[in-house]
Parts: sequence; structure tokens; C-alpha cells
Amino acid sequence: MRRIRGTRRGLLCAWVYIRVLRLRATRAGWGRSGLVGVGCSSCSSVGRASGSTGLNLSWKLCVTIMRLVILDNYDLASEWAAKYICNRIIQFRPGQDRYFTLGLPTGLPRNHPESYHSYMWNNFFKHIDIDPNNAHILDGNATDLQAECDAFEKKIKEAGGIDLFVGGIGPDGHIAFNEPGSSLVSRTRLKTLAMDTILANAKYFDGDLSKVPTMALTVGVGTVMDAREVMILITGAHKAFALYKAIEEGVNHMWTVSAFQQHPRTIFVCDEDATLELRVKTVKYFKGLMHVHNKLVDPLYSMKEGN
Amino acid sequence: MRGGQVAARAPVIQFTNCRILRGGALLREDLWVRGGRILDPEKLFFEERRVADEQRDCGGCILAPGFIDVQINGGFGVDFSQASEDVGSGVALVARRILSHGVTSFCPTLVTSPLEVYHKVLPQIPVKSGGPHGAGVLGVHLEGPFISREKRGAHPEAHLRSFEADAFQDMLATYGGLDNVRIVTLAPELGHSHEVIRELTALGICVSLGHSVADLGTAEEAVQSGATFITHLFNAMLPFHHRDPGIVGLLTSDRLPAGRRIFYGMIADGIHTNPAALRIAHRAHPKGLVLVTDAVPALGLGNGRHTLGQQEVEVDGLTAYVAGTNTLSGSIAPMDTCVRHFLQATGCSVESALEAASLHPAQLLGLEKCKGTLDFGADADFVVLDDSLHVRATYISVGLCSALTTCLWWG
Repeated sequence: MRRIRGTRRGLLCAWVYIRVLRLRATRAGWGRSGLVGVGCSSCSSVGRASGSTGLNLSWKLCVTIMRLVILDNYDLASEWAAKYICNRIIQFRPGQDRYFTLGLPTGLPRNHPESYHSYMWNNFFKHIDIDPNNAHILDGNATDLQAECDAFEKKIKEAGGIDLFVGGIGPDGHIAFNEPGSSLVSRTRLKTLAMDTILANAKYFDGDLSKVPTMALTVGVGTVMDAREVMILITGAHKAFALYKAIEEGVNHMWTVSAFQQHPRTIFVCDEDATLELRVKTVKYFKGLMHVHNKLVDPLYSMKEGN
Repeated sequence: MRGGQVAARAPVIQFTNCRILRGGALLREDLWVRGGRILDPEKLFFEERRVADEQRDCGGCILAPGFIDVQINGGFGVDFSQASEDVGSGVALVARRILSHGVTSFCPTLVTSPLEVYHKVLPQIPVKSGGPHGAGVLGVHLEGPFISREKRGAHPEAHLRSFEADAFQDMLATYGGLDNVRIVTLAPELGHSHEVIRELTALGICVSLGHSVADLGTAEEAVQSGATFITHLFNAMLPFHHRDPGIVGLLTSDRLPAGRRIFYGMIADGIHTNPAALRIAHRAHPKGLVLVTDAVPALGLGNGRHTLGQQEVEVDGLTAYVAGTNTLSGSIAPMDTCVRHFLQATGCSVESALEAASLHPAQLLGLEKCKGTLDFGADADFVVLDDSLHVRATYISVGLCSALTTCLWWG
């Protein structure tokens, strides 16, 4: 199973949500365990078929919670996040009529020569056995962009809402392309990008600012808040101030990720560098909880052995 | 050629658990095929919203583009230069048997022959697409008769020719026409050769220099007139000399037309070229090296004595001798053996070795968009190899032609 980066720096573009379909719920018919391996290098071989009750217990006790999971470095943070997603999907017991709906960022602006379709294909879809009809990406080339956004919101609703939304934040604390000043109840829409974002995107366009798009389709803060669970990945010292604003200061539309303080189930996964602006007390507190957090990823479940 | 409609309905086959040669590297990627062409799975996913109809596990093997042999005189008892009534079935036999060597396209080669042979044989070897019946025929390689007397090698002296005054017409009359011809080997020091080279190049026929005593200057002029290939480097030409490198000097010449690459054939059977010479050539110009077998009818016949036309030949392992003597009687190493020997002798990467047998000959013939590559849209001719580069299976416009679980006896 190939290793996939569990997180991506500078998550920038319109969000995609995918419906993860388990082709058959029984043990026999998994076929390739590609989907199980979302971000998991070892999912199919390491997982033990222990009963799931032990892990579920911690879920049931902590239905509304914000967790801050701190790992030593980028690789460990990625791996932790990947295992978490893996376990979440398996525990959900998806099946023919029971879809696990996963929301994901794409990481590249639209109009990039490679396009975020290529990015999503190369980094995710080609590694898993998802039905293409269950992968929904906002189309930046649609003729009526607002209608495209509205249709996207409708599809999310029809899918029964998003079970887990995985994303990152910008240095200015934005989630998706919800730049500072975005409404905290915003929905999927066309958004003008901040100069910071444009500068950050320039590297995908050979440093030529004139080529960088100034608009993007994005899910709104409200859209993400509707997800049943949200995981935010934050790594690197340049995100440290944004993380501080996200969890130690108040809810503020200038730091849109702070809205998740009011979400019933949020988990922030970060590396040491990202905690540089937090109070020592905060970091020590959450590091002290790592033995609890690690129960979420150990044991690592496997589709093959069944649950 | 399949129509777009038919292709869209054809089943999609996904080859998994393999490493494919793409962009000069072995990538851990799946290979997707539909309608005999390599398919872009991303387009399939996003535009057609389809998944594969069939998945085939390749057991961790290497998938490389099918090998292309641009110089092969026959094999399995068949001699392409023999004017028989049914040349076609001889070509078909060889085409079918070389699939197990990983060769999916080839140029049947005719050595210096009398006019009657050309007139009779050439029309019977049309360009033909490959398939489960055998490797594709890309066109005929005419090696001679316009070559040097001193460097004729095994070519019969009686049938050598030089160009008459109206050189191109003379050539046309000799061969009886140039349909089906893909490569012509000639000696550039012959008079009027330049106009012939120019005419042939204008017709899209690849001109190769070989069996020649040309010096470097003459060879360079020939390249400027359009020649792009050297026939079996080192063999049948003047040896490299530090004050006049001869044809060998083309590998590092600075007087070639801008943007033009010179290709050169090498017989890497371990017998016809010393490994040190192979390494010198490879290090001097790795991107131009084209592996060829230059195989003779004794290829594939197994150890022992065989009668081939007028000749008695003794085969022992990878070597063929004129019976009762120590004189080499041509090469009989199959293409995959040449690839393995080339890899081992030069210490090059697996990717380079595979490209020398697939991409480079395709580039020589201007076919690199559809042959010798696993890029999207290319013909789905590929070979499944294990880590030691033994052929496990050959796919051609995807039918499975031969799945071998053991290597050939001389591997």
C-alpha cells in the first residue's frame, strides 16, 4: 500500500467532498483495500481484528469535544491523521446503503495547468477504489458559478451531510478560501482571494502573479460547520500564530478557523512547530492527553480482517 | 486503427501491482489499456466516470514498452533474403516466435542480394500491424547492395553495386520500388550517395551508414544530407583511430545538424562486440544507442547442426559457427538476452537498458508517439519482465500472446 501524505500545506482551493462507498460490507468482498488505506501506509497489514468496543467507548464518552493532538513532526502528524481517518471510516461500518461522506481540500487553485482534478487523481483517487460517481468536485469552469455552488450544497444535503471534514488552515487563519472577513455562516460560493493567498499560490504558476487566479469557488465556513466532525491539520511554524488565534482567542471572523470552537466535534492535529505561539500551559495540557488520543489510532483497524 | 466509437465501448483493463517505464523512470503506477491503446485513467475517472472492467495483477513485475528490432535477417530457419514463393508465411513465423523475446515490432532485414530477390521478396513483406498473431512489421531494412567491397563482411561480393549516374533511379531499379522499405544501409563513400540519401530522406526512409570505409568527414556529410543511423557500430567499418575516428566518430561529432540525433545499432550478444567497446559507445552517446539482434536464420533453432540454405551452421549456446570452423556465422541472441547482457556489461540503469530496446528505435523511426513508449495514447504493446529482465508475458494491442513462467534456455 503506498504511503500518502495525510496533510497538505497551504490548503487553498475549493473543497471536494467524496462519498466513500464500501462496495460490500462483508468480509469477503473488499477487493483492494485502497479506500481503507486513505493516508495509511500500513492499514491493510497492521490492523488487528480486536473488538471495536474499546475504541467506541472513548467516542461515546466524548461526544462533544475539541481535541488538540500534538505530534513531534510533519510526518508523524500526517501519519496520525491518516490512521485516525482510517479508523473512523472502518468504525462507521460503511456499506451498500450506508455511505461515509468525506470532505477534502484540494490544495491547488483552479486554472492551474495541472488542475486540481489532476492533483486529486494523483494524490488520492488513483490509490483507492472509489466509484467515480461518488466523487464530487466543484467545477470552476461551470457557466453559472453560483448555480454550481448551490448544486454542490444540495448534493451534500442529499448525501446526508458530511461525516468528516478534513482540512488545513492558511497563515491568516482561513479555512478553505474563507479569507479574513468571511461570514462565519457562509455557504459554498465564489470568493475573491486575499493578496496573501495569491502570493502563496504564485509558486504553482512559476512565480508569475498575473497568472494566479483571483477568485475561487469554496465551501463556506457554515458548510464545514455542518459536518458531523471536523479535522484540521496544522503543521509548520508559519501556521503557529493562526493556530493560536484559532484556539486561544475568541471566535472572530478575521480568523475564520476560530469558528470551530463552536463545533461539537473538532480535532486539530499539529506538529511541534505549529504550537510555537500557544501558551506553554495549553501545550502541556494537550500533550498530557496524548495517551488518550493515541487510543484513537491504536489499534489500527483493517478492512481485511473485518470488525 | 480503431474508430473512436468502437474504442470507447471496448473494455478497460487495469494492470496493477507493477512498475511501468514512463518518462525514463520506473514508476509504481497502474497501466490502463482500452481498445489497444494506453489509456489516461484520470480522464476516464473524471469525464467518463468509469472504473476498470478488468484488473490484472502483475505480481510486482516491470512493464516496459515492447522491444523493437530494426535489424533481423531471419530466424527459426527462415531467411528473409531467400526468394521463396511464400515469403509471407516465413515472416509470419518469425513475427510470432519473437513475441516470446519481448519484440512487438521489427524490420525484416534483407542482406545484399541479386535484383530478382528484391523484386520478388519486397512486395511480399508489407507493413503490418502486430497482434496476437505476431509482432508488427514496421517496414523492411535493406542492408546493401550499395556497400563497400572491403567491408562487405558476409555479404556476397558478386551482388555488390555502386551507384550509376542517375543514382536514385538506379537504386529504384535495383530494389524494384521502395514501398514497404523503412531503412536502407549504404556506404556514403560511394559516388552519388548524397543525392540518394537526400531522396530517401525526403521519402521518409531512414538512411543508415554501414559496411563502409568512410572517414569521419564523409560520414558527417552523409548525416548532413539526412542519414540518421549507423548499422552495427564497430562492425564492418574502419576501426576508431584517434586522428580519424571514422564513422565511430559520429557519436561525438560537433558537425551534425542542430537538433539532430545520430542513432547507432549495437549487437549486445557478448560476442560481436567486446563489452569494453560497448561501454565506450554507451558512455559517449547513451541516448543514441539502439539494441539490435542482427539475428540470422539459426536464431531459436537450439544447439546442434542445422542446414540453412546453402550453409551448414553449428549452434552452441549463444554462438553460431560455420560448421566445422571457428568462423562466426552471425548472431543468434534473442532481443531480451541482448537487453540483459547490455545491462550487465554497461552497468547502466534498468530504465536505460529498456529504452535502448524500445524508445530509441522508435525515435529513430519517428514513431515515438505510438511505439516504444507507455505514454497515454500509445499503442498498447508492452512486455512484462521480472527483476532480472526475463520476459514473463508479451502484450500486443492487448491480447495476451505468451505467458512464460520459466526463462528461455539461454537466459
